[in-house]
Amino acid sequence: MQDPPSPDVLVEAAARHFRADAPASAFLARVALNALDLAVRHLRRAADGEARERARLTALLNCDGTLEELNRALCMRIRAGDDAEVAGFVDHLWLATIEKVEVDQPNYSTLRLMRSRVREASGEDQE
Amino acid sequence: MPNPPSRSATTLEADSSTESIARRLAALAQSIRPDRGGGVSGLRQLSGGANQEIWAFSLDDRRYVLRRSPPGVPRPRLALPLSKEAEVLDFAQRGGIPAPAMRFRLREADGLGEGYVMDHLEGETLGPRIARQDRFTSIRGLLARQCGDAIARLHRLPVADAPSMRRVTMRDHLDAALAGFREDGLPRPVMEFATRWLERNLPDEPAPSLVHGDFRNGNIMVDETQGLLALLDWEGASLSDPMLDLAHICLNSWRFGNMGLPVGGFGLREDLHAGYEAAGGTIDALRLRFWEVMLTLRWGVVCVQSLRRFREGDDTVERAMIARRASEAEIDLLHLLAPRG
Repeated sequence: MQDPPSPDVLVEAAARHFRADAPASAFLARVALNALDLAVRHLRRAADGEARERARLTALLNCDGTLEELNRALCMRIRAGDDAEVAGFVDHLWLATIEKVEVDQPNYSTLRLMRSRVREASGEDQE
Repeated sequence: MPNPPSRSATTLEADSSTESIARRLAALAQSIRPDRGGGVSGLRQLSGGANQEIWAFSLDDRRYVLRRSPPGVPRPRLALPLSKEAEVLDFAQRGGIPAPAMRFRLREADGLGEGYVMDHLEGETLGPRIARQDRFTSIRGLLARQCGDAIARLHRLPVADAPSMRRVTMRDHLDAALAGFREDGLPRPVMEFATRWLERNLPDEPAPSLVHGDFRNGNIMVDETQGLLALLDWEGASLSDPMLDLAHICLNSWRFGNMGLPVGGFGLREDLHAGYEAAGGTIDALRLRFWEVMLTLRWGVVCVQSLRRFREGDDTVERAMIARRASEAEIDLLHLLAPRG
């Protein structure tokens, strides 16, 4: 499940930055452009990733609900479950986290190292 | 604390103009440099965080740095007050730890807010440059060893002589992180997964040392021939487990892409640990591992809190973007706790 702030809020914050009266610092202008890029990635791929995440969670937890409800149920199981049960969630956690970092920071070092290993091991599609 | 957002020049208070600060520093010249005082020149702001500013200036031929919170600006809740930070820096520097020498602690009547004046040192502090630029190639191995040496010597300073400070246990860190990522009610399964591991692997609390608390590439000053010049930014100092510092300088978020060089993206653990042990430090592998996970989670919590501050009205695009770095901590937590391949 993708983190807040949502793309509309990010675009709004970036726009607010460029609209400000004060001349923007070069650093903050880069941050604002990065926010726009992130929002574009989110809009283009988050829905598919979250649909796969929801399908996995429905199967893992054997229940239904919104993505947030399912993740809340997952959190409760991680807190209270036994070790074997929690170990069964790890593949899912990897896939969901990789999907988040693909949107948030596609060049992050750990993502570059792990994306192909995790997806190949899981048999899930690349995109 | 990691990555304080910068503060734009336009938000400076009216009484904090460069002229006003120069005037107030001029009145303190004799206190800052008791042998001869001097005229203030070259005053300029080096950086500005949301809560504090760093200024460089000269008194005649000698250069100084002013670190301060402007009057009326609150400190971040986890940071030491600047007056205490000054005491800690002074204690460490006098104890032989590489750090800028303390010259003057601001008093309320000085009209410059809270803070202090220290010597200006010349060197590189930008982490990506230290990790990547060719001019540092020849000293990188040395630097990792020097970092181990300096931090071991800090940890060996007698706690009984240190400024009075908060004692922060591993349990305290874990509780603060838990409260920090659960407070908004959003489910964060990877942080729950890390918490579960931390709860089950909480080591026995050792005797505390004075720890720096934010020891990383970015808070060290480096010279391309001498290597380590100084440890900077002491606002995260506390009495805690010395393994905290040794783990912190190896966090992946501060390797600037050089995953294969765990010490700040410039060095090997073997060199860091050799320097630490040669200076009389003792390494505990279990506690070191606890802290690597704990501090990675803490970074994720800093990102989550950035979201809260964004929603509470500090709605800069930089705050928003730090909030979206929580996933960086999450992928590193999985890489630490459930490595693949």
